[in-house]
Amino acid sequence: MTAAADQLAAPRVRRDPPRPTSKDRYALSRTLKYAGLIFFLVVVLIPVYVLLVTSFKGTGDADPSRAWALPEVWTLDNWVTAWTALSPAILRSVAVVVPSAIIAAFLGSLNGFVLARWSFRGADLVFTLILFGMFIPYQAVMIPLNQLILDLGIPTGVPTLIMLHVVYGIPITTLIFRNYYMTVPHELIEAGRVDGAGMLRTYWSIVLPLSVPSFVVVLIWQFTSAWNDFLFAVFFSSSQNGPVTVALNNLANGALLQNYGVSMAGALFASLPTLLVYIVLGKYFVGGLMSGSVKG
Amino acid sequence: MLNTLRRLGPPLLLLAPSLILVGVFVYGLIAANFSTSFRDDHTAATATGQEPAAFVWFTNYLDLLASEDFQHSLMNLVLYTVVFLAGTMVMGFLWAWMLEKPVKGEGLFRSVYLFPMAVSFVASGVVWRWLLNSNQDEQASGLNRLFQMVGLDALQNNWWNNVTFGIIAIAIPAIWQLSGYVMALFLAGFRGIPNELREAARMDGASEWKLYRHVLFPQLSPVALSALIIIGHMSLKAFDLIMSISKPANYQTKVPAVDMFVFKSSFDYANAAAVGSILLIIVALVIVPYLIRTNREEKR
Repeated sequence: MTAAADQLAAPRVRRDPPRPTSKDRYALSRTLKYAGLIFFLVVVLIPVYVLLVTSFKGTGDADPSRAWALPEVWTLDNWVTAWTALSPAILRSVAVVVPSAIIAAFLGSLNGFVLARWSFRGADLVFTLILFGMFIPYQAVMIPLNQLILDLGIPTGVPTLIMLHVVYGIPITTLIFRNYYMTVPHELIEAGRVDGAGMLRTYWSIVLPLSVPSFVVVLIWQFTSAWNDFLFAVFFSSSQNGPVTVALNNLANGALLQNYGVSMAGALFASLPTLLVYIVLGKYFVGGLMSGSVKG
Repeated sequence: MLNTLRRLGPPLLLLAPSLILVGVFVYGLIAANFSTSFRDDHTAATATGQEPAAFVWFTNYLDLLASEDFQHSLMNLVLYTVVFLAGTMVMGFLWAWMLEKPVKGEGLFRSVYLFPMAVSFVASGVVWRWLLNSNQDEQASGLNRLFQMVGLDALQNNWWNNVTFGIIAIAIPAIWQLSGYVMALFLAGFRGIPNELREAARMDGASEWKLYRHVLFPQLSPVALSALIIIGHMSLKAFDLIMSISKPANYQTKVPAVDMFVFKSSFDYANAAAVGSILLIIVALVIVPYLIRTNREEKR
């Protein structure tokens, strides 16, 4: 997985430019390529511009003719309103995401180790059956899940969501760890076996210390997908006890008069944690994305 | 006997918690969902067990599939999937192709193209709801206003408010969000092709087009398949963006996942379960062959 991330970086050895039939043609195609790259850069960033500009506008700037213009008067009002409305939900999101990411990562690591390195007959089938859980549309379990949670008496909101993100996180975390442990040299683990170390000892003293990079990838992946989850949140929580995605959706759609300034400031607050993770730990973030593609 | 237990015991013990959880929460609940979908369970009274719900086999499915309302949802799902897939594959490949050879500022382009992936559909939906505002001319804001500003007035349209094609407008933010992901996949694919292959082809005097056609495309096809599967199954589950940009009750942009939510909200559990099962069957038709294939390839 990290290998996949490394592959994304430009190779050290510079390739020769494709033999230009003439220097001019090569220069032209290079200019065109940069023009294209910059054009798409601008297009991708349009929503960011809109978000920032709108969030600093006051009500006086509401005229549609000024939709794309910079604010006439810059104001922080929207930001204050959005923060007041969303901060409790942001804390609840943290309370959901942190424990569920850690538990799911740990379970995934155990499964991955067993399935990759201590395999038994039928291990592949078990792995495929677990993996299928990653692809199912959760709509297909929602109705009985609702009943099950009622029967178990788990309170909606944070506790239910922690449980759901753990359970439905198991397939992807298992996948990432299993693919990683496949690349750990056999000899390392065999050495443990010869020494008579049991499976748990081998896992604890040999495998776990090797797994740090995978843990980073898995934790980031689980953090991001649980933070951004809306489906489970909207079925199993309300804006009073739910995470930030539900609160934001209510803020943006609930008000009688739609105030885009406030909802855009709110959208940025809701996205900041995952954006920061992406900016600071981008390499591992990409690693998680790559491993989402089954082959790892 | 004791030996088998010794050999199989520890692995199964470690797997047990996950196996039980996945067994109950995935397979158990899928079975229970089918059971609900076969019942005459359409009201709050039957949903809470105050009134019995009779077993009606496939009646709910047949009624759903026959209703014009649900057919519209399925049609929307098809349109959305086609546009979303085509958009992300084309953009993702184009970006990867432009960044494949060493380019100044590559890191910046790559990071910006990929960043929308880190944002939730709900948050980006807030901005896209503004961009896809259907007002035009004097009242226009969002993209319609931008079109006017650059002299492309003719491109103004009412976006997701169009009854037949409104769903395509919802695919635009989805493409914005996931093209970077497809780019990352293709880029890894490009970088995984040994340089010698290209060199050899060039030595043989292959033109740039032939190089792509006969050397690079075949090497990239497993990556393209992965991308198709991942984007395809995401698009079948489309829900968040629609909830955030239009509204669940909006006829123009509804898809099965939205119907399911609406049925559930009105305690029509049987129809909600039936829609869930229909989605599951569609996804399984795509995913199961893929999983089997991947499994076989690994064994080789």
